[in-house]
Amino acid sequence: MKELRLMKGNEAVAEAAIRAGCDGYFGYPITPQSEIMEYLMAQQPEKTTGMVVLQAESEVAAINMVYGGASCGKRVMTSSSSPGISLKQEGISYIAGAELPCVIVNVVRGGPGLGTIQPSQSDYFQSVKGGGHGDYRLIVLAPASVQEMADFAGLGFDLAFKYRNPVLILSDGVIGQMMEKVELDEFKPRFTKEEIAKNTPWATFGKTDDRERNIITSLDLDSAKQEKHVTHLSEKYKLMEENEVRFEEFQTEDAEYLIVAYGSSARISQKAVDIARAKGIKVGLLRPITLFPFPKKPLAELAKQVKGILSVEMSLGQMVEDVKLAVECKVKVEHFGRYGGIIPTPDEVVAALEQKIIGG
Amino acid sequence: MAKVKGDIVVDIEKCKGCEVCITACPSDVIAMSKNVNGKGYHYAESVNEDCIGCANCAIVCPDGVITVYKVKL
Amino acid sequence: MSDIITKEQIRQPENLVYSKTKLLTDKALSYCPGCGHGTAHRIVMEVIEELSAQSETIGIAPVGCSVLAYEFMNIDMQQAAHGRAPALATAVKRLMPEKYVFTYQGDGDLAAIGTAETIHACNRGENITIIFINNGIYGMTGGQMAPTTLPNMKASTCPYGRDVATMGNPLKITELIAQLPGVHYVTRQAVHTPGNVRKTKKAVRKAFDLQKENKGLTFVEIVSNCNSGWKMTPVQSNKWMEENMFPFYPLGDIKVDGQLIK
Repeated sequence: MKELRLMKGNEAVAEAAIRAGCDGYFGYPITPQSEIMEYLMAQQPEKTTGMVVLQAESEVAAINMVYGGASCGKRVMTSSSSPGISLKQEGISYIAGAELPCVIVNVVRGGPGLGTIQPSQSDYFQSVKGGGHGDYRLIVLAPASVQEMADFAGLGFDLAFKYRNPVLILSDGVIGQMMEKVELDEFKPRFTKEEIAKNTPWATFGKTDDRERNIITSLDLDSAKQEKHVTHLSEKYKLMEENEVRFEEFQTEDAEYLIVAYGSSARISQKAVDIARAKGIKVGLLRPITLFPFPKKPLAELAKQVKGILSVEMSLGQMVEDVKLAVECKVKVEHFGRYGGIIPTPDEVVAALEQKIIGG
Repeated sequence: MAKVKGDIVVDIEKCKGCEVCITACPSDVIAMSKNVNGKGYHYAESVNEDCIGCANCAIVCPDGVITVYKVKL
Repeated sequence: MSDIITKEQIRQPENLVYSKTKLLTDKALSYCPGCGHGTAHRIVMEVIEELSAQSETIGIAPVGCSVLAYEFMNIDMQQAAHGRAPALATAVKRLMPEKYVFTYQGDGDLAAIGTAETIHACNRGENITIIFINNGIYGMTGGQMAPTTLPNMKASTCPYGRDVATMGNPLKITELIAQLPGVHYVTRQAVHTPGNVRKTKKAVRKAFDLQKENKGLTFVEIVSNCNSGWKMTPVQSNKWMEENMFPFYPLGDIKVDGQLIK
């Protein structure tokens, strides 16, 4: 039976992780996501599912604990907010290089630097273009509701293991802190030793006589081999682009204009669509759910139909670059954003649409 | 004289000629060969019959290239 | 009985007293001639062989000269980012508490960039074993100053010798972590003579046995040579180590049964 609860987004992703059979959470406090570890510590899942919850000495240690746990074929995760995610970038690069599955949650706050503890979406580049060193991609899921915070924990683990790749849940302070009704999945058992040996035969669970030793590393001093490895990664990313694009459309059937927005900006933009339509403006919304892989094809299709596109983000304009690439300059694309912890109002979005796209 | 007799076998191609085994040997059995291996190192070799099979050389060999045998006479 | 016995007669399987453990791979070690890393690798693998624990052990390799330890140790291994091995080991042990888990780290990895991970894994009393190779220099990157470089000792980034007034003092991290209640057993050993090798092996065995008993963190420092970095022959470097490193980093047990020695 599914269970209904009223929860914060941060609590929902934590509860959903326990229910998704997560083996270990390793974190470090930072606003506005500390409720994730607080919730897990209060639940004491080590007494129920056996899940380990550990407060590390730093974000750096936490992501490396994730590396260690993921190397054993376990479902492991960490969470943080923007400055802490910056600290994790080294580890994320190693995890991507060593092809380890894990889930990372970023409840984004405004930057740069210590910035603000208020919500923002200014970590888009860091999330979808790399963040750490080297050629790699994360699968980036952008929840727009508490329900999706919960759903993406399980989906995140499934995708992470399917591709042996880290999955980032790119949330923000709005989604993390707000309370909504959430429908929780039933408890899924943690992997057994037998399942780990069968499903992740590459993992380090102890070398037996029937196989060669397993090594988890991102190092190859032989450049030819390293190039081959990176090529292999790129093929994996292509597969993700073919198979894992997720998005949602709202009132696009007859749209003459389009708003593109993810996460909490998408919720605000949905209201903006209603307001604009009441004024007679035929506008629709495309909400990318996966930011990598980015919904390029649906955007390119809509570009044939609409006269202009407004990309709405709580940033100076980051996703707007991917929107422009997707539509290949065939239609006007402009950015509207508030930043530094300011959340735009639906009316501001409508005004920006009128000024920058319709009137511009 | 000695009630035990030992001998060593050196994995010549893996020896790096560091000479640590020479100082570890209590019976002065080991010296560096005048010849070199495939990597150009002068390798360790047993040069007399005095080995007592104590394995000191093998124990300190960083590259683990020495195998030791011993018989009681 | 006759003393005349041929080498062929001696070299029979029944007369074997020592050969390289099967828990080391056949790959030639990448270390410089005379480097203590190879001996330290072999000791750890011999202990795992004695414990029949090949399938029960996960090793964590560092960054530094021993970054490729996984090429030589015939067990499941993970290669960590620089300094982060204790964090990896923490998770591995927490998630698979029945396994032996050890890190193998050099001085730069453990006592400079990884200081936080080292101290906090120790302080949490993780049931892991840390093997710490201290040769007072960054070997792999070409002989730069390490946190454990001795006062006035030359390195490529302190070519006139380590000036403690401007470059700081050598860090006795082993004594430092021995103070922490989570740490159960701390010892400092060496691997340059047969006697030292035997003592080190006993220490590593003890550390692994204590790990099995969940006593807390066990820590074996091995003071070792870096003849390339020190610019000496291997034999000279071992002598220099005895004369200079050992007075500053004295060998022996530092903490036993959770109690500091002295």
